Amino acid sequence: MSSGAAVPASRPSPAPSTSPTGTVVLTAADISRALTRIAHEVVERNKGATDLVLLGIPTRGVPLALRLAERLAAIESANDPAVTPLDPATLVGELDVTMYRDDLHRHPTRSIGATRLPAQGIDGKVVVLVDDVLYSGRTIRAALDAISDLGRPRAVQLAALVDRGHREVPIRPDFVGKNLPTSTSERVRVRLSEVDTTDGGAPQPDAVVILGASAGTAREARA
Amino acid sequence: MRHLLSTQELTRTEAIRILDTSAQMAATQSREIKKLPTLRGRTVVNLFYEDSTRTRISFETAAKRLSADVINFSAKGSSVSKGESLKDTALTLQAMGADAVVVRHQASGAPHLLAHAGWLDAAVVNAGDGTHQHPTQALLDAYTLRRHLSGTGLEGPAGSRPDDAAALGADLAGRHVAIVGDVLHSRVARSNVHLLHTLGAHVTLVSPPTLLPVGVGSWPCAVSYDLDGTLAGHGHHGGVDAVMMLRVQRERMSGSGTGGGAFFPNPLEYARKYGLDARRLRLLDEHAIVMHPGPMNRGLEISAQAADSSRAVIVEQVANGVAVRMAVLYLLLAGTEDTRTATDTTIERATTS
Repeated sequence: MSSGAAVPASRPSPAPSTSPTGTVVLTAADISRALTRIAHEVVERNKGATDLVLLGIPTRGVPLALRLAERLAAIESANDPAVTPLDPATLVGELDVTMYRDDLHRHPTRSIGATRLPAQGIDGKVVVLVDDVLYSGRTIRAALDAISDLGRPRAVQLAALVDRGHREVPIRPDFVGKNLPTSTSERVRVRLSEVDTTDGGAPQPDAVVILGASAGTAREARA
Repeated sequence: MRHLLSTQELTRTEAIRILDTSAQMAATQSREIKKLPTLRGRTVVNLFYEDSTRTRISFETAAKRLSADVINFSAKGSSVSKGESLKDTALTLQAMGADAVVVRHQASGAPHLLAHAGWLDAAVVNAGDGTHQHPTQALLDAYTLRRHLSGTGLEGPAGSRPDDAAALGADLAGRHVAIVGDVLHSRVARSNVHLLHTLGAHVTLVSPPTLLPVGVGSWPCAVSYDLDGTLAGHGHHGGVDAVMMLRVQRERMSGSGTGGGAFFPNPLEYARKYGLDARRLRLLDEHAIVMHPGPMNRGLEISAQAADSSRAVIVEQVANGVAVRMAVLYLLLAGTEDTRTATDTTIERATTS
């Protein structure tokens, strides 16, 4: 059962605003609320936050994983003030899947990112993979291969901020920020203040944007 | 990047990209499972016309860690000893479907010919040609230098505090490297001079006049005949951050005797004037490291005290060689032809995940 449907239909997001840069479907406040809900669902599913490891998939999965970890720590200390508070940074790692992709030879050479595990490792833990957009599922397939080379977690779960459908492999998310029906000609762009900057170098506010096939420039059109 | 033939043709951006990729490759090599599926189904041919153990094993290890199939082809005991030409060997490899050919040849320019004569579609990696170039050795030297001469690595004592975080994306601007010994026969020296210059480092070649090639004045480096003065910082660029000792290549020296033929009077005199011993080690700054491309002639160009000192990063160079060669094979073989820029690739990655 996909938990994305849990977004209350009675309180829809602000009316989509169309601009030359695309349609904003999630604002900063929407993203924040979605992450808070996902954090609660993670705690509920796993009966707490012990033995949890959040692995973000670069680039935007990493700040999302860190934000989720902060919320998990807050939820846990609110539930039981007696226990020692969790340090969010010790829950989070990053997992670069470039060298495990099945489409390497169909694209120009990709730069390899860093893989960094929390000090506790992933053996016997519950790993929650965190990515921004879930689309074909091939990145997650690569991530599952990468994880099996790094250790043997007790379970692997998947959290995605946006699920836009069009799966090409049998993979489904456990936690979804928003289900976003799209056409394959559209592009979904997640902007996060940690990684995205304006041309002037100032951080951009968080947003999820849909670019129509015609709105994108020729360079952005999918090959 | 289609082939890797020489460090002279590498731009600063390309060189830093190779070094950064090497750093990520090196990080995977400390895992329990070192093998990556990246180049599954690709075939790498090691075509070695000259004897080599460490370079061939290093390339073989790198290719196997990336799951490529490796075919070793050495001139001895093959059709080459029956008189087959380079062209016919290349056509054979093409017919067998090689994706990359790693070639070592005694003739300078053989890899260039393989890459550009139209005999082969494969990517060509120069693993040492004559006295011309040995680019992967220079890249592994630059990678080793960058780890030890960035961030905390500069605070010394030498060799003890490599700083990978500070090294990522950095060049070698302002660092001073002395390359000492048989420059005349050394493709390692030629590759290093150009690569280190591209990365912004100052290079001083220290060698007896007989072991310097004609035309060394046009190279982007300083030349000295005085090892003590260079190590003590009396040279044009001041104190050195690293000393790279070159092997005296006796097999390339014609002439009689156990010494250097006509190049120097005898081994003892060479060791006295140009060998790195315990006394010269003490002239170095606290953070300066000692390198050697191997195999070492202990007692000739480097003494046992220097080779085994805590400044020596010679064994680390070998380990770094595997990571650098993995990076080179990855960058040559993993993608399609590089028609778009790295930023476009990042956008693609971010939105199709």
